[in-house]
Amino acid sequence: MYNFEFERPSTIADAVAALGGEDAQALGGGQTLIPTLKQRLAAPSKLVSMNGIAEMQGVCIEDDGSVAIGGATTHANVAAKAAGSYPALAALAGQIGDPAVRNRGTIGGSVANNDPAACYPAGVLGSGATIVTNTRQIAADDFFQGMFTTALEEDEIITSVRFPVPQAASYQKFLQPASRFALVGVYLARFADGVRVAVTGASEEGVFRWSEAEEALNKEFRTDALMDLHVNPMNMIGDLHGSKEYRAHLVGVMTKRAVEACS
Amino acid sequence: MPKDSGIGASSKRREDVRFLTGAGNYTDDINVHGQAYVHFLRSDIAHGRISNIDTSAAEGMPGVVKIFTGKDFEGVGGMPCGWEITDRHGAPMQEPPHPILAQGKVRHVGDPIAAVVADSLEQARDAAEAIEVDIEELPAVMDMKAAAQDGATLIHDDLKNNICYDWHLGEEDNDKVNEVFANAAHVTTLDLINNRLVANPMEPRVAVAEYSRGTEDYTLYTTSQNPHVIRLLMCAFVLGLPEHKVRVVAPDVGGGFGTKIFHYAEEAFCTFAAKACNRPLKWTASRSEAFMSDAQGRDHVSTVELALDADNNFTGLRTNTYANLGAYLSTFSSSVPTWLHGTLMAGNYKTPVIQVNVKAMFTNTVPVDAYRGAGRPEATYQLERVIDKAARELGVDPIALRRQNFITQFPYDTPVALTYDTGDYNGTMDKLEAAADLAGFAARRAESEANGKLRGLGVNCYIEACGIAPSNIVGMLGARAGLYDAATVRVNATGSISVMVGAHSHGQGHETAFPQVVADMIGIDESMVEIVHGDTSKIPFGMGTYGSRSLAVCGSAMVKATEKIIDKAKKIAAHLLEASEADIELKDGQFSVAGTDKSVAWGDVTLTAYVPHNFPLEVEPGLEETAFYDPANFTFPAGAYACEVEVDPETGQVTIEAFTAADDFGNIVNPMIVDGQVHGGIGQGIGQALLENCAYDENGQLLSASFMDYAMPRADDLPFYGVDHSSQTPCTHNPLGVKGCGEAGAIGSPPAVVNAVLDALNAGGKAVDHIDMPMSPSRVWAAMNG
Repeated sequence: MYNFEFERPSTIADAVAALGGEDAQALGGGQTLIPTLKQRLAAPSKLVSMNGIAEMQGVCIEDDGSVAIGGATTHANVAAKAAGSYPALAALAGQIGDPAVRNRGTIGGSVANNDPAACYPAGVLGSGATIVTNTRQIAADDFFQGMFTTALEEDEIITSVRFPVPQAASYQKFLQPASRFALVGVYLARFADGVRVAVTGASEEGVFRWSEAEEALNKEFRTDALMDLHVNPMNMIGDLHGSKEYRAHLVGVMTKRAVEACS
Repeated sequence: MPKDSGIGASSKRREDVRFLTGAGNYTDDINVHGQAYVHFLRSDIAHGRISNIDTSAAEGMPGVVKIFTGKDFEGVGGMPCGWEITDRHGAPMQEPPHPILAQGKVRHVGDPIAAVVADSLEQARDAAEAIEVDIEELPAVMDMKAAAQDGATLIHDDLKNNICYDWHLGEEDNDKVNEVFANAAHVTTLDLINNRLVANPMEPRVAVAEYSRGTEDYTLYTTSQNPHVIRLLMCAFVLGLPEHKVRVVAPDVGGGFGTKIFHYAEEAFCTFAAKACNRPLKWTASRSEAFMSDAQGRDHVSTVELALDADNNFTGLRTNTYANLGAYLSTFSSSVPTWLHGTLMAGNYKTPVIQVNVKAMFTNTVPVDAYRGAGRPEATYQLERVIDKAARELGVDPIALRRQNFITQFPYDTPVALTYDTGDYNGTMDKLEAAADLAGFAARRAESEANGKLRGLGVNCYIEACGIAPSNIVGMLGARAGLYDAATVRVNATGSISVMVGAHSHGQGHETAFPQVVADMIGIDESMVEIVHGDTSKIPFGMGTYGSRSLAVCGSAMVKATEKIIDKAKKIAAHLLEASEADIELKDGQFSVAGTDKSVAWGDVTLTAYVPHNFPLEVEPGLEETAFYDPANFTFPAGAYACEVEVDPETGQVTIEAFTAADDFGNIVNPMIVDGQVHGGIGQGIGQALLENCAYDENGQLLSASFMDYAMPRADDLPFYGVDHSSQTPCTHNPLGVKGCGEAGAIGSPPAVVNAVLDALNAGGKAVDHIDMPMSPSRVWAAMNG
């Protein structure tokens, strides 16, 4: 690890100011960034921790019924505190990593990093959530722009993520056996105005919506509706843990299981 | 009735108190005043010629003490190999140099090019980044069969090819073997890969070295399973130091699994450089370094053929194996695919004709050496997989086919150089069938099917040669060391006992089990006995811990030394009791005169030994004895394992539903510790079968270089185990009748898991012959849909 300055502001405004310096970087739970630093693969001049900002902590229910989660809220807190208001999302948070990861890692950090195998991007995109930053609100459909790429500007901070609560939802995660990230994870949310299906772990392009499945399920919300649908393996990830064809197959299986869970 | 102390008691592991409360003393816990830190600059290229190393910028950086490259070690010995294999033509194996720091070439990712010594680790790392290395990249030699071809790129320029040796064992006459196969009623052939593994002990390797200018003594603290072996190799073959000026200490060691047997360049470097820098030096491997510098395990590619007659008797077995040794010969690497592998190809069966062929290959990968089981798992896997395939092809019960071919008469001379002293394979299989409730399997399968899962049962046997080893035999086979062990029993004046042992305990529970033996022999409380291990300045010259040998070999030395103690104590007791020595009996810590009520307590005798006022003049004062023990034969633990799996037909996910081990370890000192050893071994075997895979790409880059991609088994990957070791045929040639239990689980379990998965698939209508390990969901799904 190279040396760096460290700041732990207590307000969003102070955090924005602290991030203004050259090569400063926001630090959430550090579950990706800290190992990267330890391997000397990054050398920010300053880390600005989000963990001291009270207004970025916690889970609350907005007037319109949506669930808002502070950007610095840990996975463990989401698992515990959203269990009543948005159980499928709480269940997703409770499956991330292990207890150590869940007690450090944050929703803002995960969403901003947009790891192609992370769980939260599926939950956020599958829910059609809104990413709230210090400057604007970004729809999930516009936010995720490919592996490790998002709509965030330099120094923009995710202050919260707002989730509309569906009638039913389910996250089906198939574990990569070593990292226990998602080899394939499917988040399915059923709203009054339609079904959303978001897939993580599978694609070279990062999290994506499986629109064919959404259309089929909007016509008929049954597993049979998926029978003739196949994801093209071409753009899938193929690696030590699973071929492209296998991941494409798993997208179908996990989606089917999500439908069963929501039926 | 279970005993509550002594031999046969499940005494709680006394060492666990310090391990579980953070009070252990590991090598990384040791800090020497004034120490500097070592960082190795390692190659990120698998194969290349070093054209230039420029350390000038790095040398001026803050905190840098000194920078070393291969040039500093010209004229210094390289890392030695401890076992010379003679090939099938009678020629010695090709033995390339293995320098401490790369000289001229790099040969695997992780090969150390330079070492930086600096005041802090971060300064050493900063300086290492400023070293400029020019490497002319060469094609990486990765595929073993391609590496064996004429014209393949040479890894070691001075060798004639990349083949370390081409070796065989068993029937030499190819015509005779061909005839057996030609006359067979059925031949089953199987190609399989025994996947490469990374041991990944919880504690990475560490070395702390210091040199005293005043006394010219060196001390090396290192993470080793055998400190005396390290001292001997380092002093005699690498650095040319007198052994009496070097102390090697292996304090608490956080797991070895074989990979801490070997003498490593880093520990020799630290010892050498501590004098050169006149500073104590410390090196602690990062986990990433462990992945690219700890000797790895397995990596065999084999074809095995089994011939059977019309009555399903095994008539012949032939195997052809390519064994990967990596880029250099690690300490015992050459012995693993040969004498620890070929000799086990008879397994538990009376196959009359066996031929084993092994080509050991150099490749541009991390060196491969012994890993829990070492050669024996590779043999067992081939044999038990091909038998299972034969049973499926013939439509016969796999257990019945095994039973029919079991060796039942002992001693038994195998066609592959071993003499099994004892065993009862049918008896052990009976235990397994009962313990695993195999009669109830059909009902369990039906239940799984009702839940949409395919259920499979895999059963196999194993045998291993442990208690390594008779020195005269291994000497003939090429070992460059004796493989006896030693113990010194020091009785203190007040009757407590310190036992200095050559074996090293790094998780095996010696600190509990060894005292149980001594205490039992004398009849005193276990708490009065303590073992001392891991420090060459304290212990006699013993060979350390590996090959499930500690109790069978070092324990036997300890028994012999304790017998000497008892003999001497009886002389003293006879004097005190004014009786004849022949009439003295020792029971429950009391010496008594047979047929009388006269007795004297253990503590009174020991005090007399050190305060010899009333003492037999012909006897020396004191009570301390040493014994060396060289075994007469190997020991042959054997067993039968059963695994039940469920396979999710939609995803190929395998879950272990039940695992039962029936082992014959001979006599057992501490059943609880034996259970734990078996549990751990099975965990590693299941890891190999389902999860672990050390994979390189075609350029020699390590793909599974961290726990993000190398899947270690976690608790929830493993079932509750059934362990039965009530089948006991005591070893006939060591005083405790013990055989060893450390590796059994890792040897016996991989074929059980694979056999179970294949049984599940075939029962589910998928005609699948074989799936290579690890049987990841992706591979199982591909096999089902292939």
